[in-house]
Amino acid sequence: MPAEPNAAGCVVTGDDLVVRRSGHTILDHLTFTVARGQVTGLLGPSGCGKTTLMRTLVGVQQIAAGELTVLGLPAGHPRLRARVGYSTQDPAVYSDLTLSENLRYFGTVLGLPRRQLGGLIARTVADLDLTGLEGRVVGTFSGGQLARVGLAVALLGSPDLLVLDEPTVGLDPVLRQDLWQMFHRLADSGITLLVSSHVMDEAARCDYLLFMRDGRFLAEATPAEVLRRTGTDDLEAAFLRLAAQREVAAR
Amino acid sequence: MSGGMAVGGMALGGTAPGGRVISARLTLATARRVVAQLRHDPRTVAMLLAVPAVLMILLRYVLNNPLALNRFAPVYIGVFPFVTMFVVTAITTQRERARGTLERLMAMPLGKLDLLAGYAIAFGLVACLQVTVVVVISLTWLGVTLPGSAVPMAVVAVLDAVLGMALGLFASAFARTEFQAVQFMPAFVLPQVLLCGLIVARDQMTAVLRWLSDVLPLSYAVDAMQRISASASWTAAITADVAVILAFIAAALVGGALTLRRRTR
Repeated sequence: MPAEPNAAGCVVTGDDLVVRRSGHTILDHLTFTVARGQVTGLLGPSGCGKTTLMRTLVGVQQIAAGELTVLGLPAGHPRLRARVGYSTQDPAVYSDLTLSENLRYFGTVLGLPRRQLGGLIARTVADLDLTGLEGRVVGTFSGGQLARVGLAVALLGSPDLLVLDEPTVGLDPVLRQDLWQMFHRLADSGITLLVSSHVMDEAARCDYLLFMRDGRFLAEATPAEVLRRTGTDDLEAAFLRLAAQREVAAR
Repeated sequence: MSGGMAVGGMALGGTAPGGRVISARLTLATARRVVAQLRHDPRTVAMLLAVPAVLMILLRYVLNNPLALNRFAPVYIGVFPFVTMFVVTAITTQRERARGTLERLMAMPLGKLDLLAGYAIAFGLVACLQVTVVVVISLTWLGVTLPGSAVPMAVVAVLDAVLGMALGLFASAFARTEFQAVQFMPAFVLPQVLLCGLIVARDQMTAVLRWLSDVLPLSYAVDAMQRISASASWTAAITADVAVILAFIAAALVGGALTLRRRTR
């Protein structure tokens, strides 16, 4: 029986979450939620802990203290592994295999039925505009194509939660726009997306924002709410203002 | 879908949903994937198949003595595939870690034993081909003669190759970079070659060296090969050596599964 998110419609709930790596506190007592069927943006400079938070969500990073619940189960629970799609900053696919060999292998690992696998692969390949490249070795792809192969693997299993680490870095603006449209289409169909970025102009494309700096959240709100609260008219300025306020408060 | 995990799965750090410790479908898919990777790299395959045979041809002309060749050839047939499989596996696994595919798989419903057994099957097949090539060349062109059938020698040689692969999988857990993985060849393998009885008979070693030699897996591989080349039939002593080799293979695979951490600290 699949686990369901809690009554509030939160797919992810962090409660005083702490993650330490080799003595350093990377995630510093985070309490937050990610709502179902929305695109939540995780924004902050590189090194602020975005990737660590995502790795903790998908269950490949140990938790030092606090709790992290995903789809009603503790993060990393074996039953979550087929329900959470994850794409890392590096494409993390086999560069010496063809596109279809990669997708076929990862699809099998995700437990997709053999008879549906071909259809699901064709659909994912078309969604990511990779049609025609199926027989080519992935190592010969351009950076943008490679990034989409990583995304294709994350999407392949029709997960309930998609965790995408910097999915649009280095992509052509047209393609970037297509991908954001796809993210919202997926969200409209009930899938929950957590998308990280260090580029503030992507923040406006999200339904909800988690602004992160030095392992802590500066803000958790919708883009409009962040702008209203900071009295700014763009999100980059809002981030700067929130960061400055935090510094003053820390002194 | 049944909840919870099997105890065995828990001991190895979790498995696929439903509590399976190993899944035939995922193991075979992994083996197919590794074979497909090799197919895209024909030069590596050519070297895997040719290097032991070329070294054997070299040995034939260096010794240039049919009696000596008959004595040494079976031992070398056991050692070459062991060494090449160790290096290839240690580097392949390290590469899987460095490129992030291992982390991706660990976030997916793949059991660790599915991965390790998949590797074992794929490289085991390569080992069979490798051993076939070197055995056929040795017995025909190079004129090596055995007191009995060639089958026991081939079986032990394939087991040696699988042993090298299993140790390579285990060793790769301790390598942070591909450079380190390459250094494991001299660090893990050469001491075993020195102590296995190939260069000096084990019963002529001092007590400490003899004791070291007794706990290293390659010693039993060489011992089995020496017995096979000395006897026309399979003996209980060969069975004992093979049992020790199998135990080392199992221990290295379980060790590999234990050192393969799903979560980083």
